[in-house]
Amino acid sequence: MRTTFLLNGSEITADTTPTTTLLDWLRGHPGLTGTKEGCNEGDCGACSVMVTDVDGARALNACILFMPQLEGKAVRTVEGISAPDGTLHPVQQAMIDHHGSQCGFCTPGFITTMATAHLNGDTDHDTALAGNLCRCTGYAPIIRAAEAAETAPVPDHVKDIPLLLAQNTSGEPQAGIAIGTPLVRETMAMPPTTPEALATWLDQNPGGTLIAGATDVGLWVTKQFRDLGPVAFLNRIPDLSGVTVTEDDIRIGAATTMTDLHNAIAPRHPGFAELIRRYGSVQVRNAATIGGNVANGSPIGDGSPALIALDATLHLRSVDGVRTLPIEDFFIDYGKQDRAENEFVEAITIPRQDDALRCYKLSKRFDQDISAVCGCFWIEVVNDVVTEVRLAFGGMAGTPKRAAHAETALRGQPWTDAVVARAMQAMTRDFQPLSDMRASADYRMQTAQNMLLRAWLEDQGQATNVLEVTS
Amino acid sequence: MTVAKPLPHDAAHLHVTGAARYVDDTPTPVGTLHLAFGMSDVAHGRIAAMDLDAVRSAPDVVAVLVAEDLPFANDVSPSAHDEPLLSDGTVHYLGQPLFLVVARSHLAARHAARLGNVEITEEAPVLSIDDALKAGTRFEDGPRIYTRGDATTELGGAQHRLTGSFEIGGQEHFYLEGQAALALPGEDGDMHVISSTQHPTEIQHKVADAIGRPMHAVRVETRRMGGGFGGKESQGNALAVACAVAARVTGNPCKMRYDRDDDMMITGKRHDFRIDYDVGFDDAGRITALDVRQYVRCGWAMDLSLPVADRAMLHADNTYFLPHVRIESHRLRTNTQSATAFRGFGGPQGMLGMERIVDHVAGHLDIDPLAVRVVNFYASGGGISGQKKQTTPYGQEVDDFIGDALVAQLRETSDYEARRAAVADWNAANPVLKKGIALTPVKFGISFTLTHLNQAGALVHVYADGSIHLNHGGTEMGQGLFQKVAQVAASRFGVPLDMVKITATDTAKVPNTSATAASSGSDLNGMAVKAACDTIRDRMCEHLAQLHQCRPDEVVFEDGRVRAGSGDYSFAEVAALTYEARISLSSTGYYKTPEIKWDRIKGQGRPFFYFAYGAAVTEVVIDTLTGENRILRADILHDAGASLNPALDIGQVEGGYVQGAGWLTTEELVWDDQGRLRTHAPSTYKIPACSDRPDVFNVVLWEGENRADTIYKSKAVGEPPLMLGISAFLALSDAAAACGSQYPDLQAPATAETILKAVHTARGDV
Repeated sequence: MRTTFLLNGSEITADTTPTTTLLDWLRGHPGLTGTKEGCNEGDCGACSVMVTDVDGARALNACILFMPQLEGKAVRTVEGISAPDGTLHPVQQAMIDHHGSQCGFCTPGFITTMATAHLNGDTDHDTALAGNLCRCTGYAPIIRAAEAAETAPVPDHVKDIPLLLAQNTSGEPQAGIAIGTPLVRETMAMPPTTPEALATWLDQNPGGTLIAGATDVGLWVTKQFRDLGPVAFLNRIPDLSGVTVTEDDIRIGAATTMTDLHNAIAPRHPGFAELIRRYGSVQVRNAATIGGNVANGSPIGDGSPALIALDATLHLRSVDGVRTLPIEDFFIDYGKQDRAENEFVEAITIPRQDDALRCYKLSKRFDQDISAVCGCFWIEVVNDVVTEVRLAFGGMAGTPKRAAHAETALRGQPWTDAVVARAMQAMTRDFQPLSDMRASADYRMQTAQNMLLRAWLEDQGQATNVLEVTS
Repeated sequence: MTVAKPLPHDAAHLHVTGAARYVDDTPTPVGTLHLAFGMSDVAHGRIAAMDLDAVRSAPDVVAVLVAEDLPFANDVSPSAHDEPLLSDGTVHYLGQPLFLVVARSHLAARHAARLGNVEITEEAPVLSIDDALKAGTRFEDGPRIYTRGDATTELGGAQHRLTGSFEIGGQEHFYLEGQAALALPGEDGDMHVISSTQHPTEIQHKVADAIGRPMHAVRVETRRMGGGFGGKESQGNALAVACAVAARVTGNPCKMRYDRDDDMMITGKRHDFRIDYDVGFDDAGRITALDVRQYVRCGWAMDLSLPVADRAMLHADNTYFLPHVRIESHRLRTNTQSATAFRGFGGPQGMLGMERIVDHVAGHLDIDPLAVRVVNFYASGGGISGQKKQTTPYGQEVDDFIGDALVAQLRETSDYEARRAAVADWNAANPVLKKGIALTPVKFGISFTLTHLNQAGALVHVYADGSIHLNHGGTEMGQGLFQKVAQVAASRFGVPLDMVKITATDTAKVPNTSATAASSGSDLNGMAVKAACDTIRDRMCEHLAQLHQCRPDEVVFEDGRVRAGSGDYSFAEVAALTYEARISLSSTGYYKTPEIKWDRIKGQGRPFFYFAYGAAVTEVVIDTLTGENRILRADILHDAGASLNPALDIGQVEGGYVQGAGWLTTEELVWDDQGRLRTHAPSTYKIPACSDRPDVFNVVLWEGENRADTIYKSKAVGEPPLMLGISAFLALSDAAAACGSQYPDLQAPATAETILKAVHTARGDV
């Protein structure tokens, strides 16, 4: 399969299998060994690269990025961060000046992530660098370097958008760069560019794998050596992406990245946005899609509990048309969802409503960690009485699931500590959580209950968030 | 003089541009083959049958080797010859290499390695410390015991007495560059190995044995590692040996690197411990008697477990004089990864055990733990005037103690007293969140406890143009050793640093080296390089003295110039003059640490040349609903002697602290009851991320030189700062203690779950 893109400013066409990762290709074919393999699963950031399309530049993990996802884009590796004449980029110079590298193995990934944040004017360094692990420095000198480089101008040579546009005017139409065509295994004569065409493809390729961000499917390949069967890349179907706000609802295309969802949802449901800020890392959120997060049915995905609490509706498309269902009904059992083989998640809609959402993510590490328990609560209180309540949890059952008994204990009752205590007690009838490497069953139950208590304590004006405390 | 300057890491410009080469970045000849291990999926048993047909017929597979195919030694152990490269029939742990796949690509090898059909007759695995105690599986016949005085009697008469049991988890190294090696077969059976290792000489030795050649036929080279932390002291042996054997069998170059999950499943980690204690003390918290039992989970092979366990015993005192003490150490064999070296090498566990005991004593007396620390400190400078110098439980005089002065200064600069009071006030006003603060000291012994390892060699050439080629036996893993040693060389010749070429560690240049471990890198190699440089410089001086009719010791090397009598030359001119006078401009250098003497069986002697000191104050906040927590501030004062390079040393301190805090908080290794490590990738094993560093992080180096005669009076700094992270753990304990009247009995690592449990314990809920 051929993929044409810009690599460090020059056009290149790569001929690879559909599931060759950018990392393997970079280190092999052009011999660009600056990009490192640290974990091969998108959790360490040593393979970070800058990927630009007309919407902008973003950091991505090359280890779980399949080559066809790059069609029409620009890739910049650490080798392309310094100027062609060897002049160092401001973040490179700052990393030297502030002693930000020790063993140096994570450094190229930090450099590309930092250069991308620098290009985008992003100065929330803790968030921008949450996906880059360093085992030597303790991060302090890296942050000092990032801060020191903040005000330096962005060097022209890392700006790939003008190059993409120049490519564009000289040949392909504009849409060819921004949108392009979906790249599908040889089975496809005419790759689909619309949801309808994708439905047809899926109908003709039962068991085919849809690949959007590949943050999960990538691991099926790099860690499990799974045969994906026929594959269709979704990032070229414009109607699958983006957030649209109508009078009644907010429609989120299934292929909307977590980054784009974060930005769109922050003004309306800041709790959801903060939850997404802790979902994976910048590199993961730039690739992962909300549709993928829901469709894989994981009991520990963070998107689903929030969407259940928001009373979202799922839109499934097949050749027979579109079917809708409340998102909580989608999750039948562990590994089992209400989705026919020829259906795919096309969109999610959430009603427009005044915000009453609170999200609590509990994980061993704050950033870039999978939740042990994720509690997302919609609690409406009018005149001290709970008028509407949805308590949705991840990590407490084989599926994302509501705490029905606890909700019953709250609904129509006064919002008091006694009622909350009863609801916490009722929760023991809602869940029988598992013990695993993330948490014990007891701890899961206790903290799930305490998350509800936290919601009440917050309303009493108590300080309950360690992230807001300073020394 | 370049020594003491805060220069950047020598390879910083290569790191930031991606030009620094690691093993897997080395261009390889056409035909290079790639390796992967087929691993056991049970923890204990005997191989009944191995059907590897599917592996052999997988795409791009060239060969598949089992133990019987190995031509010579099937052993990759660093010590006891108990660690076969490929299982000899017994399966000792889940993840053990059983067969070796040789394929045309890394992916083909990894894929094929999954296709083996191995039938193993399972036996009950010995997994936990209690399992091992019950089964009686241990290394050495019985426990090692070091004693002084009569702890048993004194405990009986103590004013107060407490017992406790404390679990300390292990730690995965998580070097960002996984284990890797490349073997290039040469003519006549020679083998050139490029390895990511802290111990090239041991790789050379193991490879030589495995291919049936003397050590002279094997050359091992290491330019740099992408992190080591002790995890590449012995754990790289298997890959290098596998590559060399496969290269011998196929005639092709062979490369092997572990995928991250394989790396974590196969290789050893920091030893986990249980420490049981019985302590007697007076009203002031002065410890009158202590009985400590250290249970060490060593895993399936001996590896370096004996010296690790020894070092834990040697740090069971930390900075405290213990008049009556008994330390008992059990080295337990289990069907898990063979625990190995990790920054601190047992010292951190021993020290944490003592700090926990102090914390418990303070909790019992309801006084500031710092007060208990201070009353128990070793006497300053080694002796109260007129009295005999105080000694450690193993009889070494503590003649360089600065812990009291250092702690006093940190107490002041960190505003400890006021902040402790502020924390108490804050806690009174906040029912859900609780803050904690703790100041803990570090005293860490410097030298290999296996005395003969305390030696080093160097090789220095000065070329006729005045440029200098520098080589020594130390390896670079990010700690900045190469730069520090280059600064020494540049200083000896009085030349700018760019005159000195740092070169890869190479067993063909400097033989019989020790591992770069035990924080010894700059102490040993710095001195060896100094000796080599001085030999060449002395020859130059002799020659110039003759030319200019002055004494050799009147020749001055400074700022790139050499002055002798009326002569004033560039260093290059002197190099040319010396060459033309037919005087050798090449020299080896050699160093061995003086004064050390140690009997590890008796537990008596002077194992350490000196001690490195430090202290940290950490302030944290915990959430009593979930146990979630943050490090809010850390203030550190650390003793690096007269620092060779303060920037690099501060880097070691900051990085060590965060790594130590990670060990004791989020880094939890979880094995299931089958012996399968469930946390074998960064998705499940959580080292600190960027936002986990302290919000406020003040690091200062202690002003003072080493009393011992080390290179430019500096001190070793690799391992000691890791133990500053203990203050984060005890600050969390302090925060939990603020939740109730009971001692919280916090266990390590203090995950959020463990902290919540401690909160309940403090409240008396459990």
